[in-house]
Amino acid sequence: MAIRVQPAPFDPGVEVNAMHAANVGVGAVVSFVGYVRDFNDGHDVAGMFLEHYPGMTEKALAKIAVEAEQRWPLLKLEVLHRIGALEPGEPIVFVAAASAHRQAAFDACAFVMDYLKTRAPFWKKESTSEGARWVDGRDSDHAAADRWK
Amino acid sequence: MSINVLFFARYSETIGLDSLEMEGDFATVDAVRQALVGDPGFDVLNETSLMCARNQEMCSVDEPLEAGDEVAFFPPVTGG
Repeated sequence: MAIRVQPAPFDPGVEVNAMHAANVGVGAVVSFVGYVRDFNDGHDVAGMFLEHYPGMTEKALAKIAVEAEQRWPLLKLEVLHRIGALEPGEPIVFVAAASAHRQAAFDACAFVMDYLKTRAPFWKKESTSEGARWVDGRDSDHAAADRWK
Repeated sequence: MSINVLFFARYSETIGLDSLEMEGDFATVDAVRQALVGDPGFDVLNETSLMCARNQEMCSVDEPLEAGDEVAFFPPVTGG
């Protein structure tokens, strides 16, 4: 598995191709890309800042990835998350799971995203026309994570 | 015992600190929180949605502590 937490932008297409490039046993790759939107909760969003807890972030993501590898027969798993300043339209997060068959890859990708949303220490601060504001956590994220229990 | 306490995101902004060192006898994470909220500057730690971690692992406020531990308080996470 690969865990990357970085301020640098990334190309989701390059990341997806790398999921099967070195392993022809991979029959399925499922990926998720999260992007910064230009509108949220009734406000225009001009930009975003991603704060995190250095040290814990990497550990929390690795723990989620290990759990996914224990639950499904994965050939590769990648989790990539941006930190720092981001603009609307930029990718924030990339999760991809590779396996021999599709179901394990679909499930593992959804599982990692649902757990990341509730357990990885990242916080979004949006810049809007009315100033900067911290994004609130959503109860629906917890409901999504609970379905894997 | 000495405990290193960290605050993140909205909490560190509201409190005006990223971290502080505390000396005292703290049985649990909540004992640290209780000691801090005696000062009105730390009122934000009374929020019911508060999350915490001990040594960079998410935990409940009842988590026991040992000398030298790192404790973090933060609002619900919003990554992804």
